[in-house]
Amino acid sequence: MASSSMFGPNNPGAFWTGGPAPGQFYNFPGSQSTSAQNSSQRTLYPVVTGTSVLGVQFEGGVVMAADMLGSYGSLARFRDCPRLLKVNDTTVLGAAGDYADFQYLSNVIQQQVIDEECLNDGFGYTPKSLHCWLTRVLYNRRSQFNPLWNTYIVAGIDDEKPFLGYVDKIGMAYEAPSLACGFGAYLALPIIRDAMEKNPTMTQDEAVALIDRCMKLLFYRDARSLNKYQVAVITKAGVDIRGPIKSETNWEVAHMIKGYE
Amino acid sequence: MMGEPLSDYKAPVQVHFSPYEFNGGTILAIAGEDYALIATDTRLSQGFSIHSRESPKTYPLSEKTVLGCCGFHGDVLTLTKVLGARLQIFEKDHNKPMPTPSVAAMLSTILYYRRFFPYYTHNLVVGLDEEGKGCVYSFDPVGSYEREFYRAKGSASAMLQPLLDNQLGGKNQQGVERQAMPLKQCVAMVKDVFTSAAERDIYTGDSIIISVVTKEGTKSEQFPLRKD
Amino acid sequence: MAAPCVEPAKGGFSFENCSRNARFEQMGLKFPKAYKTGTTIAGVIYKDGVVLGADTRATEDTVVADKNCAKIHYISDNIYCCGAGTAADTEMTTQMISGQLELHRLATGRAPRVCTANRLLKQMLFRYQGYIGAALVLGGVDSTGPNLYSIWPHGSTDKLPYVTMGSGSLAAMATFEDRFKPNMTKEEAMKLVRDAIAAGIFNDLGSGSNVDLCVITKDKVEYIRPHEIANAKGVKQGRYLYKRGTTATLSSDVKKIEFDVIGTEVKTSAQPMDTQ
Repeated sequence: MASSSMFGPNNPGAFWTGGPAPGQFYNFPGSQSTSAQNSSQRTLYPVVTGTSVLGVQFEGGVVMAADMLGSYGSLARFRDCPRLLKVNDTTVLGAAGDYADFQYLSNVIQQQVIDEECLNDGFGYTPKSLHCWLTRVLYNRRSQFNPLWNTYIVAGIDDEKPFLGYVDKIGMAYEAPSLACGFGAYLALPIIRDAMEKNPTMTQDEAVALIDRCMKLLFYRDARSLNKYQVAVITKAGVDIRGPIKSETNWEVAHMIKGYE
Repeated sequence: MMGEPLSDYKAPVQVHFSPYEFNGGTILAIAGEDYALIATDTRLSQGFSIHSRESPKTYPLSEKTVLGCCGFHGDVLTLTKVLGARLQIFEKDHNKPMPTPSVAAMLSTILYYRRFFPYYTHNLVVGLDEEGKGCVYSFDPVGSYEREFYRAKGSASAMLQPLLDNQLGGKNQQGVERQAMPLKQCVAMVKDVFTSAAERDIYTGDSIIISVVTKEGTKSEQFPLRKD
Repeated sequence: MAAPCVEPAKGGFSFENCSRNARFEQMGLKFPKAYKTGTTIAGVIYKDGVVLGADTRATEDTVVADKNCAKIHYISDNIYCCGAGTAADTEMTTQMISGQLELHRLATGRAPRVCTANRLLKQMLFRYQGYIGAALVLGGVDSTGPNLYSIWPHGSTDKLPYVTMGSGSLAAMATFEDRFKPNMTKEEAMKLVRDAIAAGIFNDLGSGSNVDLCVITKDKVEYIRPHEIANAKGVKQGRYLYKRGTTATLSSDVKKIEFDVIGTEVKTSAQPMDTQ
């Protein structure tokens, strides 16, 4: 029903039984606009999209990065789209996929953070709780055949330990010491996994350098990426979102290529 | 020849969105005389990619009941959350953990509740029954279930099950009585069948977690598999 | 009208059953799938030659069909070719072009050039519109020096200093983009290709098992198989011997066989068959 697509503790509920909730439309009896009946009308596809997000844990923290391109299909449409959201001093959210869905969820999260703040009970989102909440939101939306077309990566410090979690648009979620979504999963993750295997106790600087290397690599090979990205470093000291950063590229090999035969 | 105008027109279909995904994983459970054993690999994959090498698919439900659950990981997470909540309610209501056979019965109804939008999960519940004997319950995704002595589920189940039939069920052998296998031998065999499955099934690998339930409680050990 | 062809085909593929099979498929018959080498293959040009690399896994859907197959194929003494895609297509295509190139060598009396092999391959693949599912990495050294090509199933080619193909191509390409530099030594190049293939083996489920390498220089080819066993098979824990008589005897029939004794030899005891 109309109100069932709302979620969170502040769901105001319907005005009267079977009626609309604030901000929603009234379902006229006999009309077929409930979620289950017209699922084929909800042919959803992402419109303005963001590409990969990368995340790596190091000794005492997490580093996460995403470039700032909002693609419109194959058109590089918006070149200043931050895809890292600072939730609080311990938690950062990174998003790939539909940018509008990310902005919508950002609003919801920011309102929740304010509501939490107003309670003034010392509790707030931890990376783990945000990650868990996201799995439920995304899973519920996929179950209504009305997905939020995103992959989210949650990074932060939870209980003094680094946290890195993944959730996708169908509610598939897990935690891992290194994460990437989109093209990053194919291009950057092999490099990150190899580096972490060789150096399991990475320092912050090494982790940031690794991420920089991978962002450059994605710019070389992912056609939906941009050489302008942000890096979030989350440690006990708090959240530091750096950027926009531009990596130093090297196109010298291009001169070695002459023709195709 | 022209047909009716727009006769070949089809309403837009949802080609983009599928609510399911297969995330691999294999589970194996064996009921012994006074123990029950459950093993899963720890690889979480999708398509040709590995998401995680450290994602066990066993979920301890109580001190003496373990669930093995694989298939679509989103459904796995939801199902285990629902189960966990229901078991907690039971424990608060009755001041005791739910016995394994009852967990199995409840899981069956939880699965059937979603008969027409199923949880795409393969489930095995292990524990001890009222007499303290090891028990294994195996489920299909929509809630049909059965108590068995041994069972393999998930990605490489078709490779493991015939071997279990032979080694534990005494199938295709003459003059062999089906007898309970001692735990130590059983654990060795579980490691061997997973080693073999990792050779041939691309969704099985990285490592396995073997959990053994006895009247003392649950103990787990990890064993490495190939990582390619 | 025409009777079924009894004459042996003169060459090329037989398309006899195509329309019949299409009808069968419409009726719901499932055809057997071809082996795919969901693969990582790669190559680089270094200071004095080319290094080609490949993994050794062949898959049939999600099952590993061959744990140690050879994906680096011989083209000529100075040219080799890695194949990804449908196993039969890569094998046959490289064999056919190898044959044509050998005839060309005999006709001209010169060592074949890599660009010739490339042209033959792309023209053949183009004619079949991508239905021959061969994705190739062609490398060799000829009178012009080291050459490296990637060839796609539809017949397009790239001539590049480093190339990758197959399902693990992104993992391998990431390694190259990260660490490739012009004019590497042989050791550097071998290490780089090894790491690129290993990235595919460990991160792509379609690739696995070992790393094969092929180093081609002006007057030498080193075909190293395996260069590295990236994954050791697990050690068996238990023993699974069957007692004698486990296999059921359904019926027995004793017959006398007529024979002549030519010689006799006395043995102490018979060894039981080891079923381990």
